[in-house]
Order: sequence, then C-alpha cells, then structure tokens
Amino acid sequence: MSEAALETRGLCKSFGALTVASEIDFRLEAGARHALIGPNGAGKTTFVNLVTGALSASRGRVLLGGEDVTSLSQARRVKRGLARTFQINTLFRGLSVLENVALAIGERRGVAGELFRPAGRGSGVVEEAYAALERLGIADEAGRLVRELPYGRQRLVEIAVALGLEPKVLLLDEPAAGVPGAESGIIVETIESLPEEIAVLIIEHDMDLVFRIARRITVLVQGSVLVEGAPEEIAADPRVREVYLGEHEPA
Amino acid sequence: MTTLADGFPAAIAELSRRHRLRLSEMLPWIIAVACFFVFPEYLALGTQILISTLFALSLDLILGYGGVVTLGQAAFFGVGAYTAGILAVYGWTEPLSGLVAAGAVAGALGVVTGLILLRTEGLTLLMLTLVVAAMIGEAANKAGEWTGGADGLQGMTIAPILGLFRFDLYGRTSYLYALVVLFLAWLLVRAIVHSPFGRSLTGIRECVARMHAIGSPVLRRLVTAYAIAGALSGIAGALLAQTEQFVSLEVLSFARSGAVVIMLILGGAGRLYGAFVGVPLYMLAQDQLAEQFPIYWSTGIGLLLIAVALGARGGVLDLWDALLSRVRGHRRQ
Repeated sequence: MSEAALETRGLCKSFGALTVASEIDFRLEAGARHALIGPNGAGKTTFVNLVTGALSASRGRVLLGGEDVTSLSQARRVKRGLARTFQINTLFRGLSVLENVALAIGERRGVAGELFRPAGRGSGVVEEAYAALERLGIADEAGRLVRELPYGRQRLVEIAVALGLEPKVLLLDEPAAGVPGAESGIIVETIESLPEEIAVLIIEHDMDLVFRIARRITVLVQGSVLVEGAPEEIAADPRVREVYLGEHEPA
Repeated sequence: MTTLADGFPAAIAELSRRHRLRLSEMLPWIIAVACFFVFPEYLALGTQILISTLFALSLDLILGYGGVVTLGQAAFFGVGAYTAGILAVYGWTEPLSGLVAAGAVAGALGVVTGLILLRTEGLTLLMLTLVVAAMIGEAANKAGEWTGGADGLQGMTIAPILGLFRFDLYGRTSYLYALVVLFLAWLLVRAIVHSPFGRSLTGIRECVARMHAIGSPVLRRLVTAYAIAGALSGIAGALLAQTEQFVSLEVLSFARSGAVVIMLILGGAGRLYGAFVGVPLYMLAQDQLAEQFPIYWSTGIGLLLIAVALGARGGVLDLWDALLSRVRGHRRQ
C-alpha cells in the first residue's frame, strides 16, 4: 500500500468531559477528491483544526506523506505541503487581493522574513501572485481591498491564498458556504479544475456539490466516523439517511 | 516566471512603487530644520518633541503595524535612559556608543520579555506589558545605589559628539543630535515597514489565524519586531538622558507608556507618520495649555482626545485623508 497523502490514527480531542473527536482513523490518498460530511456539530471543523495543528490532539497521530507531524506547529505542517481554507472568510481584509496572495507566496518561498528589501521588488512574488489570480479569473480585482469584495469573490481569494502555498494536501472547509446559488458554480468549477496531483479534502453541507466532486465520502457523526465509502454507497446507506433525514436537516 | 500578457498591471505597479520616497515625506524634516532657526528659544521643547517622536515611531512598529497593544513601552525607554545614564556616571562619556549600548540592552530586554509575553494576546498581553514595566520601575526604585532611586541619577558627564560638538546651554547641539538620530531611525523603520517582514507584520495585525495558516512563524516575527521597537525606544530614552544629563524614575512610569500610545493614536497608528503629527500636536497643546491654565491644562488635553476619539478614529492623518479625497471629489464635479 502506498503512503497516504494525509492520514490520522486514533485521533482524539476532548475539552474536559466533552469529546469532540473520538478515535478518528482517516486516510486521504494522493490525488484524492474526498468529502467529509456530517450534521452540524459533528466535529468536521474540529477535525480540520486537529489536522492543521490549530488545535493540538489529546491523543492519536497525524501523518503527512507517511511522516508523523503530530508534534509540529501549524507553520511547519504548512511547509510540508498542508494548506487549508476557512469556513468563514479569514483573510487580510484591509489589504489588496494581490497582497493577500503575495503574502502566502512570500512565506512559501521563504522570503517573507527579509528586512531590508522593498516587498514589491525583485523577488517575483508579486508577479507570481498576479498570475495565480489570472488563472482563477479574479485578476481584475487584484488591486481592490478584500473587504470591498462580494462574499463569493472573497471565497475565491481564500482558495487563491491556499493555492499560493503549492500544497500537496488541500483542506477546503465549506468552500461554498455563504455563497449565493448563482455564484457557487464558479467555486465548483474552480475546485474541479484543481491540479490532479493535489489531494483534496472538502468539508461541505451542500450535497449537490459533494456528489459532483467527491469520489469518496466519509460521514462524521458526534466526533467519530460513522461510515466511509464511494458516493453511491453513502447515498444508499440507511444509517446515513437516518442521521440526515431522521434527526437533522443538512443546512 | 510568468510573463504578463497585458503589459504591467496597475495592481503590480502599485505594490512595486509603494516604497518610493514621495516629496511630502520630506515635510517633517523641512519643518524640523526650519524650527531650529525660527524658534531658537524653544529648542529645549523641540528636543523633547523629537525624542518623543522617536519613542512613538518605535511604538508604531509594534502597535500600529504588528497590532500588539502595549501599555509598557516605557520599560524600554527607561532601560535605555538608565543604561546611557549609568554609563556616563561611571566615566563612559562618549555619547554615540552610549546610544548603541542603550539600544542593545533595551533590544535584549525586548527579546527576553517578548518570547514570554507574545505567546499571549488581547487583554492578557496588555496586562503583562503593564506588569513588566511596573516591575522594572520598582527594580529601578530599589536599586538606588545604581539609579539614584527617587532622587534620580545625577552626575552624568557627556563628552562632545564625535569629539567636536559640545552640548551647549541653548540646546542647539541637543536639538540637532536628536534630529539626526530621529532621521536615521525613520530611515530604518521606513525600510522595515516596506520590506516583506513589515508586510508580514501587517498581515499579523490584519488576521493572525491566516498568518498561521500560510505557514508564517508568527511568534518569531513578533519578537523580532518587539526587539527592534524596544531598541529604538531605548535609544529615545538614552537621548533624553544624554541631553538632560539627568534620569528620573519618571522615564519608566505608566504615565509615559500611556502618553506615547495616546500621542501615536492621536496622529494615526500604523501609517509611519502618525508619530510625526501626534507627538508635536499633543506636546505643543500641553505646553500652551499649561502656560494659559496652569491648573486645568489636563482638561484641555482631555477635550482634544475626546474630539479625536469621536470625530477621527484613525487619528489626525485619517481626517486629513478624508478631507483631501473630499476636495478632490469636488474638483472632479
């Protein structure tokens, strides 16, 4: 068996008596298009935070490309090819779109700590950021402040910033959340056109989007994995139906 | 490298030009030099304004750009003042090396305290900056043998600068000395805020969660900025010690930490020139009000601050920007 792009073994997290992640064993294969679904409060975003290192696990291990990264900081995990987007836009709102992406690229290239060189000069970072915006079709907005953009466009900037890190593993936390239906098509197209070699884990409530993109689905309920399988297996699974239709409506 | 189809996009041009010196940036220096000739009898006040401007400028790096709200910046100012002062009392009278020593000691203090403090954020961090300053203040009070305690540090001798310029009674040397040091510090801070490091500081201020998520070593960046700001504050303190040839416990006081924050915000934080506007405004208002109303002058300062807090949240410079864009708007019509 080849190394998984991302793997968790027995991952647990509790806050006092409250367990939010329990014994999660998960594999994201290289080049995967994998969705993580589950009702509200199932612990999906907690899982993302544990994997990225934003939260530290109570127990269990996180492996990136077969290497244990459980003890590494968020920044170190990013350097090893793990990038994420946020469920709620988490951008530099007072900076331009171009600069949002340029900051990420500067960090990836290791030039972001330089003290005595004008940031806009000489490193090619800004030019690379602009090219990235062109590929996503938002180069027209390059000079605008992020906070002036419509929410849907900001979602694209989220993706652009993450792609600026040239990730091997990309975690998309509800990429279409808060985007009006008409605009979510652009987000779907963007995700569909991501390079094949990036392993993508998408956390999503929108089932249309999930079934359109995912080739494999994991269902998380109350902090543990209920079932994992191909989309048609998940759609037919009575336990999944009960969780979604019996108790909660998907948002 | 990607080649760009449509020439040189405006957004790229804007970023790559931002660090270029504009003519208006020379204005503070022209005014400062003019004041030297026009108001020779106010040079003592002028020197104090220059020193406080340097202090506020150093604070801008960590507060305005890094977004770290501190109420203990006087710790660095005071440590710098005492370093330069004690050196001078014990026979190290050369002023420039005194400045360097003060900057080094204050910078080292920034590294040590920063590594502890900057792991916290928000109110916890605010309280801890207060605590550090209070502890150092009390230590200086108790170490009377070195610092002179409540009586202040006396008996400093400062040799002529570069062996040429003696500190004179009219304060001419002091004024020009402070002006040159401020100018050099401004060049340094200006280079830093336009550098990739400076932009990443702005990123930390704008959204620290995103900085972690793009793999930025946030703590290391903040500690570096804290140490640089601390070193510059220490140099400001050393300038005060050398030009007044006296150091009192006031240099470490909470009042000084608080006043510098107010002066910076009054001018506009995070824009490099807030210090150059806020400090002279505050100190000149204080000087004038104290002369007119010796008892009630602080009421006047209070009213000034309320007006700014209500009418110009981004400081005087923000108000100026708003005014300019209004005028331009009218012209277009």
